[in-house]
This record gives sequence, structure tokens and C-alpha cells, in this order.
Amino acid sequence: MSYEVNGQTVEHDEEGYITNLSDWSEDLAKVIAEQEGIEMTDEHWAVVNFLRDYYEEYQIAPAVRVLIKAIKKQMGPEIGNNKHMYELFPYGPAKQACKIAGLPKPTGCV
Amino acid sequence: MMEEGVKKFLYVNRKAPYGTIYALEALEVVLIGAAFDQDVSLAFLDDGVFQLTRDQNTDGVGVKNFSPTFRALGDYDVNKLYVERESLEERGLTADDLQEIVYEDEDDDWAEKPSIRIISRAEMADLMHDQDVILSF
Repeated sequence: MSYEVNGQTVEHDEEGYITNLSDWSEDLAKVIAEQEGIEMTDEHWAVVNFLRDYYEEYQIAPAVRVLIKAIKKQMGPEIGNNKHMYELFPYGPAKQACKIAGLPKPTGCV
Repeated sequence: MMEEGVKKFLYVNRKAPYGTIYALEALEVVLIGAAFDQDVSLAFLDDGVFQLTRDQNTDGVGVKNFSPTFRALGDYDVNKLYVERESLEERGLTADDLQEIVYEDEDDDWAEKPSIRIISRAEMADLMHDQDVILSF
């Protein structure tokens, strides 16, 4: 299974998480988002970029409550709350945003 | 702040970080278990103290260096990492050989505080005695 982006093939698993984390690009993120039915806004990008920075620093994708707490601290309570985050990523902020960010599924996420 | 149904959990780490899967599995269990809002502590003794050493480089062994993940534990409200002094000494290590791990104290204006506490073997025994649940890795 794979995504097609700019003529390149990027392998992913049965749930759509890319196999090789270094294959990620912003164009790929847009392709994944489209398949997820998400149109990327600045707020989506902010979450995706936060997740990538977090992974870079700690080598894990954060749990959803850790993510929301951090977004609240970084971007304020209007964005960093459960309801708004689920509006941005209806199938789960951690799960879906990690997929778009090219990261593995968060630890403990089933 | 002890609420009804909250138990004291201690995760005991006795093995070196690489070579077996125990250390990584223990850390994953801690991260997953953190969702249950229990009173969690981690203990590092025997070769387990090597898990917290600074500047780890796993290029030669071909596995992921997961030591940065310990620094995320504060985000999961896991901020009690007890390291046994005798285990350090027996391996020629001191507190300076361990990476810095901090958490933000919500009750103290988010001040950064150290998560690692070095305790003696006798104190470690007392700590274990105090727990409701002990999981050994």
C-alpha cells in the first residue's frame, strides 16, 4: 500500500501510517489529509508541526491529553481544547494528526 | 490530593537499556498506564541505572535510542524517578552521569523541578514497602 506524491511512491501500513518516517514532506501531508477528508488550515499545520517537533525531541508521539495540554499552552485555550481539536481532526487529534505528520501511531493508541 | 481508587504504582527497572526489550517495554507501559491517573513512581536499580545515563548513542547496536523519551514523562505527570545510589556507585557512576529530567509543577506556577531523586538502598526498600502495586522489569 502506498501514497503517490509528485510522482513518488511512499509506502504505508494498513492504517495509512507511512513506513519510513523520512519519506515525509508537506506535499505528502496534504495527500494524506485529503484521503482523511481534511482540508489543511493554519491550525491543522500548527498541530502537525507541534507533533513533529515533539517526536524529534522525545522520540514518541504524545498521548492526546498531552497534545491538547501543550497546544493550549502554546496557542491558547480557544484552540487547545478537546472540542476544537476534534473539530480539526474528527477521528482523533493524536491518531489522525500523527498520520498526517508522518509519525507512528501514538503509544497506547489502539 | 489522593483520590478514591488511586493506587501507588512502582515500576522497577533493573536491566540495561539495550540488549533486551525490558527497558523499552517498561517505559511504554508507564506511558500507557499514565492515562489511568494513578500515583506513579519509577525505580532504577542494578543495571537499570544505565537507562538514565546521558549522551546515549545506539548507532553501533542498530536500535532506536529511546532515552530522550524519559524527558517526556513530566508531560504525563510521571515525575518521581528514584535511582539507587549504591547501584550507581557499584558501576562507577554518579548523578552527573545521568541526563537531566524535569517536570513543570502545576501547583508552583509551572516551575521546572528535577524528577530524578537519588536514594539509598535502605530508602529504596522503604519505597517498595509503601506501594500498592509493584511491576518489575
